[in-house]
Amino acid sequence: MSGAVAVRRRAIPGALVWGGIIVGAIALLAVLGPWIVPYDPDAFSVRNRLQPPSGTFWFGTDEFGRDVFSRVLAGAHYSLAMGFGATALSLAFGIPLGLIAAFDRGWLSEAIMRAVDVLISVPPILLGLLVLAVTEPALWKTVVAVGLVYVPIMTRIVRAVGLGLLAEDFVQAARARGESAAWILAVDILPNAWPPIIVETALRITFAILLGSALSFLGLGAQPPASEWGLMIAESRPFIEQAPWIGLAPGLCLCILLIAVNLLGEGLRELLDPRLRGRG
Amino acid sequence: MASYIARRLVAVLGVLWAMTLLIFGIVHLLPGNVAYMILGEYATADAIATLEARLGLNDPIYVQYWRWFTGLLGGDFGQSLVMDRPAGPLIAEALGRSAILAGISIVLVAIIGIALGIHSAVHKGTLSDRLLTLLQYFFIAVPEFFWCILLILFFAAWLGWLPATGYTPLAEGGLVGWGVHLILPVFTLVSGLIAHVSRLTRSSMLETLDSGYVLAARARGVPERLVLRRHALPNALLPTVTVLAVDVGILIGGIVVVETVFAYPGLGRLLIFAIENHDVPLLMAGMMVVTTVYAVANLVADILYAFLNPRIRYGRAAA
Repeated sequence: MSGAVAVRRRAIPGALVWGGIIVGAIALLAVLGPWIVPYDPDAFSVRNRLQPPSGTFWFGTDEFGRDVFSRVLAGAHYSLAMGFGATALSLAFGIPLGLIAAFDRGWLSEAIMRAVDVLISVPPILLGLLVLAVTEPALWKTVVAVGLVYVPIMTRIVRAVGLGLLAEDFVQAARARGESAAWILAVDILPNAWPPIIVETALRITFAILLGSALSFLGLGAQPPASEWGLMIAESRPFIEQAPWIGLAPGLCLCILLIAVNLLGEGLRELLDPRLRGRG
Repeated sequence: MASYIARRLVAVLGVLWAMTLLIFGIVHLLPGNVAYMILGEYATADAIATLEARLGLNDPIYVQYWRWFTGLLGGDFGQSLVMDRPAGPLIAEALGRSAILAGISIVLVAIIGIALGIHSAVHKGTLSDRLLTLLQYFFIAVPEFFWCILLILFFAAWLGWLPATGYTPLAEGGLVGWGVHLILPVFTLVSGLIAHVSRLTRSSMLETLDSGYVLAARARGVPERLVLRRHALPNALLPTVTVLAVDVGILIGGIVVVETVFAYPGLGRLLIFAIENHDVPLLMAGMMVVTTVYAVANLVADILYAFLNPRIRYGRAAA
């Protein structure tokens, strides 16, 4: 047992490698999308309506004769933007708030944690719905809404990590030296807080993509004619019997992306979380 | 124990009160005139003025809030604008139907998820454990709305075994007519959650099986079945209880999607209906009800956790 653990400690987890390769490939396709699409993703073609997949149209065509393959390719960046954008937003707010809540011993920390308690008591999709219900839907608003949903969760995690580090000797030493709070947070706490934050972030991205595409599916995200995958699936519903490929193509791509991001997160966790080492 | 429950109850009430501020605040303070939002861009100034008077939008904001808040306390959930009926009964009716979906789902998730998790942990490394792990990865990654599409395509469109959408009341369609409309929505709701719960049960069970007291019980020669049931399981299930409460939040999200796709007349669909039709009073009341349900679910989980955990039950680590 101990020998196996020692070997695994140095090896990069397979999940990380495979997840990284697939996410990287999808990201590359998303970036290259505009140049490599075989057809204009938004161009109508009445003659080619509802064509099944073939050599000419790899994933078939939709009810307007638009090439589904081109649309899926052109839509890849939406899901990536939602997942990574929303998570970045939750980090941008969650890290400072969490660190302040960990360091401060007064009313500020109390106020932050009470606000977090309230926001965490709202089911995630509801908070998104609430924000999107009262304004005109747009993709950036979905990203902001999903990001805000995860700010309280991120704040809690960063605070917990920070509290743990504050008890460490090197932080106590810095305090004894009379370093300022900002210095201790930036130099002593933050660099050591990264591993758990990275792990949480990677796992969060999956949820952000899921929530964002679900909101788009419900009509509260990207708006037509955008080829966001959740929206494409929603638009395919009336043709589900006649032309199932319109919804299946973006749906399968979304699943592959989610599995890959999930693998990436699990792999990072295996690599960085010492508690998991040696456990199957 | 009693003081723990009392403190949790006060916390929940505080959170719910803060939620009334949040919901009211987001709806009324975000840029955009409520009456204009309801009537659309072609509204005449007259129509806007009439509606504003009807909704009491000309009163100061704190008066409006107080009216809404005291209404909620007295059981008055406001008036649905689109359906021109009190929102309370509308929501109660829809909540009942959603509760059927959620109730069946959470019971299935708990039973199947925990059973599969224990099976995987006890048979760690065998073929069935690996197969389950693989399936879990897959099931967690398929979005609910895509599951709906796949199930409708397979069971309704191709096989024709089950109705694609809709709902038949028990009194009208009998047990079968009522039940067949529940199968696909429930299947969609539970698939991802079972994967989630079974994975967490597996890892907490493995951790428990590694512990000193399980080793001690085995060393004393306690039969393996008894070791699992008496020593390992109660401790391994503690984190699962918390996870189930978190999953109620995911379930609520799933219900919104599933009811919309399957045209199931529950609370999730009512919320989307309220959003699409800019029915602000119905939306606010519906949001409040869903939040309350979620808060109560979490409260129940906390109490259950305290009850199952001797450290809290005997009041030592009550903080």
